[in-house]
Amino acid sequence: MSFGMQLEQRGRALIVRLQGELDHHAADSARAQMEDAILRGNVAHLILSLKDLSFMDSSGIGVILGRYKMITARGGRMVVCDVSPAVYRLFEMSGLFKIVSIEQSEREALSSLGVVS
Amino acid sequence: MSETNFFTLQFASRSVNESFARVAVASFVSQLDPTLEELTDIKTVVSEAVTNAIIHGYNEDPNGVVTIRGRIEGDMLYLTVEDEGSGIEDLELARTPLYTSKPELERSGMGFTIMENFMDRIDVVSEPGKGTKVEMVKRIESKKMMYN
Repeated sequence: MSFGMQLEQRGRALIVRLQGELDHHAADSARAQMEDAILRGNVAHLILSLKDLSFMDSSGIGVILGRYKMITARGGRMVVCDVSPAVYRLFEMSGLFKIVSIEQSEREALSSLGVVS
Repeated sequence: MSETNFFTLQFASRSVNESFARVAVASFVSQLDPTLEELTDIKTVVSEAVTNAIIHGYNEDPNGVVTIRGRIEGDMLYLTVEDEGSGIEDLELARTPLYTSKPELERSGMGFTIMENFMDRIDVVSEPGKGTKVEMVKRIESKKMMYN
């Protein structure tokens, strides 16, 4: 399965729904698409939904960490939701779960940012 | 079960082949009837080792060759991922969690740490200018064992 993403902006929050397999091959396009949407939409907060992500490795960790740095540098917050047990283990190993907030679903992610869904 | 089985797979050092390598190895391992978690672990370590070969071994030059060898002995899986690229100068540093030699590429530096955590054993043999070989071993518990 290849990689794709769906973007939806709610106010100054951008929801990015990652789909398929996020590996080194997909990383460049994932990074470019998210950066472009953040800059064009004057986005403050980023919600990453991993609900339809079927595979991710350390390249994906790099992409998520990179967007976290970008969003916090702009003064915003990043929330990750619908994290599978496999991806959660990678978050634990890399320490990512200590710096990124994790919510059950998109709805909870939105309300944690104060955006009404 | 004491049967032995093996495969050898060679492919171009193109990133599009990362998913091919994961699926091919997962498909070979499926004869051991692994759990979903074991299968995900194996796909992840193959992805890490192949990505390292492409990015670090071959510096993203698509003309290199990546070789994967897999062997099953009983419930043991032996995997080696090999490149004939630039090799690793300092193995200890390369295996340090969060260390990356290419921070400009937004790498997480977690590749070897993931391989160490998901497999029972990993050995890395590397010679600068000659290439790198990652040897990994994992015992597959198998779903069948849980029902018996």
